[in-house]
Amino acid sequence: MSILSTTANPLVVEGLAFAYPDGHQALFGVDLTVARGERVAVLGPNGAGKTTLVLHLNGILSGGRGSVHVAGLSVTKANFPEIRRRVGIVFQDPDDQLFMPSVREDVAFGPANLGLRGPELDERVHEALAMVGMSGYADRPPHHLSYGQRRRVAVATVLAMRPEILVLDEPSSNLDPASRRELADILLSLPITVLMVTHDLPYALQLCPRSVILDGGVIVADGSTYDLLCDETTMAAHRLELPFGFNPRSVAAPAG
Amino acid sequence: MSDHSHRLYLERDTVIHRLAPQCKVMAVLLFVVAVVSTPRGTAWPYAVYATALVAVAAIALVPAPVIVRRMVVEIPFVVFALLLPIVSLGPRVDVLWFSLSESGLQAAFVLLAKGTLGVVASILLAATTQPRDLLLGLQRLRMPQLLVQIMTFMFRYIEVVFAEMDRMRIARESRGFRARSGGGLRVLAHSAGALFIRCYERGERVHLAMLSRGYTGRLPVLADVGGGARQWAVAASLPAVAVVTTTCAWLLA
Repeated sequence: MSILSTTANPLVVEGLAFAYPDGHQALFGVDLTVARGERVAVLGPNGAGKTTLVLHLNGILSGGRGSVHVAGLSVTKANFPEIRRRVGIVFQDPDDQLFMPSVREDVAFGPANLGLRGPELDERVHEALAMVGMSGYADRPPHHLSYGQRRRVAVATVLAMRPEILVLDEPSSNLDPASRRELADILLSLPITVLMVTHDLPYALQLCPRSVILDGGVIVADGSTYDLLCDETTMAAHRLELPFGFNPRSVAAPAG
Repeated sequence: MSDHSHRLYLERDTVIHRLAPQCKVMAVLLFVVAVVSTPRGTAWPYAVYATALVAVAAIALVPAPVIVRRMVVEIPFVVFALLLPIVSLGPRVDVLWFSLSESGLQAAFVLLAKGTLGVVASILLAATTQPRDLLLGLQRLRMPQLLVQIMTFMFRYIEVVFAEMDRMRIARESRGFRARSGGGLRVLAHSAGALFIRCYERGERVHLAMLSRGYTGRLPVLADVGGGARQWAVAASLPAVAVVTTTCAWLLA
């Protein structure tokens, strides 16, 4: 498995279709390949199937057509433990993600489930907290942290599993501008492949050189974030709007 | 409330605070069992039990006012105990202007004494043990994993639920709701229902987040809270006093 994990494409989604048990079909054949070290934003209106796609990446949802491969490993039940190590999902509400009584135990939860114990485990926890600038908070209960701090710890909880790909669901939601920027600095500093679901288009432009637009359960556009945000026809066709006063052309395109 | 600990916990550094949680849990449990098995018709053992608890409180540096304040949880039992002499049958004695049942008075005293001793013992346990350690202790005592996990989550989410409840209250009151107005109960019932559904949904989201990080049904045990023979011996001194007392009381009765 460790040989496979050096593949060029940590995430390959092919022809993924999915309908919920109540008959509502959310995905109609999604194809998406993310290359090593890429940061990709998934944009799209509410109800486009973004969360459904995210939950397929580590096998929480499955049973439809198509396939998902993470670093060459197919997302099937037999592979779940390894898949869940390789795909680190940071959910939108940090209170859902941080369920243990202290930050340390929460960050240790994932690696401990992988079988790490003792000093090796401590090392992982320390490393992950250091990456998000929360080293001094290991013994705090999560509910005593600010919202921005909780979001950062939530990122640490999956970094501690040393994932192949970091998947973020609305990372900037409910953050004040300073916390939002701090999180951006952290994400930019991580040497890791990132897939980020967001409505925050300036954030996508700042962090992700590449974006895809998911609408009606299919990928309708795939290209450089800068070009997509400047393409008014496509944007309007998929209910994507820039915040008032924001002009992507006034921002230098991020180095891709 | 301090940053690092629960509001019931009193930050001290005493022998009792340092005892392993499972030792303390067992000590309290055995103590209560010994207290409730005191024979009827004797009063002196309760004085011994009380003295033992006072000694523990003194060693653990838990001030008396704190204990007294926390004893309010006992009030429903006190009310019940006060009713007993009035409603019980049997021979009666006159106290001031009331005619009270003799057996009822006795039953009320025993109920109050046993209840109070149990409550104080639990208060001391909570004041000297972090909730987190308590859970680890219960785990060490082979309490079923599922129960320990439920309690762990309760401890983690209770404040989240209260915060949610508070936001709902603020939203209600901001739209002019007063609990006293007509139909108030209906509105509160709806709020309770909505809160339940929110908690249920949060439970599902938390479960997803746990699965995503490789949860397989067990919470990993990370901190070890092993209690050596010495710790057990120290902790045993409280129930030992109680057991000897109750045994003596039975032999004398």
